[in-house]
Amino acid sequence: MTFAYNRPPNIPEALALMTASPGTFPVLAGGTDLIVQWRSGIIKLDGVIDISELAQLRGISVTDEGVEIGALATHAEIAANGVVAQRFPSLATACLSIGGPQIQNRGTIGGNVMNASPAGDTLPVLLAHDADFLAQDLTGERWIPAREFFVGYRKTALKPQELLTRIRIRMPDTKERGSFLKVGARRAQAISKVSLCVRGRIRHGGVDWIKIAVGSVAPTPIRAPGTEALLTGKVITDSMIELARNSLADEVFPIDDIRSTADYRRFAAGGLLARYLREMTSRA
Amino acid sequence: MIKRLKINDVEREIDATPEMRLLDLLRSQLKLTGTKEGCGEGECGACSMLLNGEVIDSCLMLVGQLKDGDEILTVEGLGDVDHLSPLQECFVHEGGAQCGICTPGMLMAAHALLRKNPRPTREEIATAISGNLCRCTGYVKIIDAIEKASQASKAGKVRKGKG
Repeated sequence: MTFAYNRPPNIPEALALMTASPGTFPVLAGGTDLIVQWRSGIIKLDGVIDISELAQLRGISVTDEGVEIGALATHAEIAANGVVAQRFPSLATACLSIGGPQIQNRGTIGGNVMNASPAGDTLPVLLAHDADFLAQDLTGERWIPAREFFVGYRKTALKPQELLTRIRIRMPDTKERGSFLKVGARRAQAISKVSLCVRGRIRHGGVDWIKIAVGSVAPTPIRAPGTEALLTGKVITDSMIELARNSLADEVFPIDDIRSTADYRRFAAGGLLARYLREMTSRA
Repeated sequence: MIKRLKINDVEREIDATPEMRLLDLLRSQLKLTGTKEGCGEGECGACSMLLNGEVIDSCLMLVGQLKDGDEILTVEGLGDVDHLSPLQECFVHEGGAQCGICTPGMLMAAHALLRKNPRPTREEIATAISGNLCRCTGYVKIIDAIEKASQASKAGKVRKGKG
């Protein structure tokens, strides 16, 4: 059988292909995940829908409310964007922690999202920022909030005939401090053992609000609402940091796998949160 | 599938199946075997080359993803044994190569850096080659070589009129 290499020239034709045979041909963007899965035999591929011609899915636009990132924006493009670097430094850091330059030049944020790996480095950042994802099919489009998007291990809320086109992130509070922290075997070319995105407004050592998202500790990237609630309204003391560290360790449910163990991931997730909290109090 | 590409500064028309990897197009069809295959899954960078000036892994790109007019630069486009580019000369003089399998990829990652940033710091050099694995040198001499090349006036240039 010949390989069905589809390269639609516009979004409607891409959607028509996805509707005609839903789920048959995966969407190919940068290829840095899909080609690896195909070549290593994890998935069988009879064809693809290569969306790289779809110029409407490129680019990063800035509005008063926030930024809208096209699904085909590469990690390198996002990290190099001035507004992202200034207002969403944790997103820029996450993009630069994916693979190395070769992967950052080809891999796209839409691909990272749709691959929906619990270890996807941009995903905790998007969750902590309450990003919204725009899904389009032949009948129209809908925004899906990040908290409803990752529904299971490598599963998203998108229907097989829907295409992810855009990601919207609201402009953060100018007074907040955000951070993306990752533990891997080495700095580059390493899949996360644990990753964490935290944002918060800390005043005089007290937590006005805080949002915590963690990767590689569950079948999907997750928020930690219990630990967020524990910290909200509290003053960050050494004993509070210990409580928060233990709370986060209890709130995640990691597994043992080739990269790490469940015990280590629990410990490291708490440790990353403690690092953020300590940095916040030393600045305050 | 026919594509019109500029490969090492020469316009070429290629005919290949769209699901062929760019790496296989270069090595098997065009016989440009300077580009190496290491892991074949984007971990090692041995297959690095430049696509429109950006370093990529050619094992993770399909011919179908190319468009007419795309510019590809492989290690053969930097220079050859008789006419080394300044960057290649520095790799030789600084001992930046041992077994050699990572060298073409290292050269391409370094070349991509020096085109954009002719005077990088050692930290910037380390970041630029962070997608390339070397199992022999421990990286210090490779970084020395790239640093030395950046101090030469023609860093980031390819050798013209070779052969």
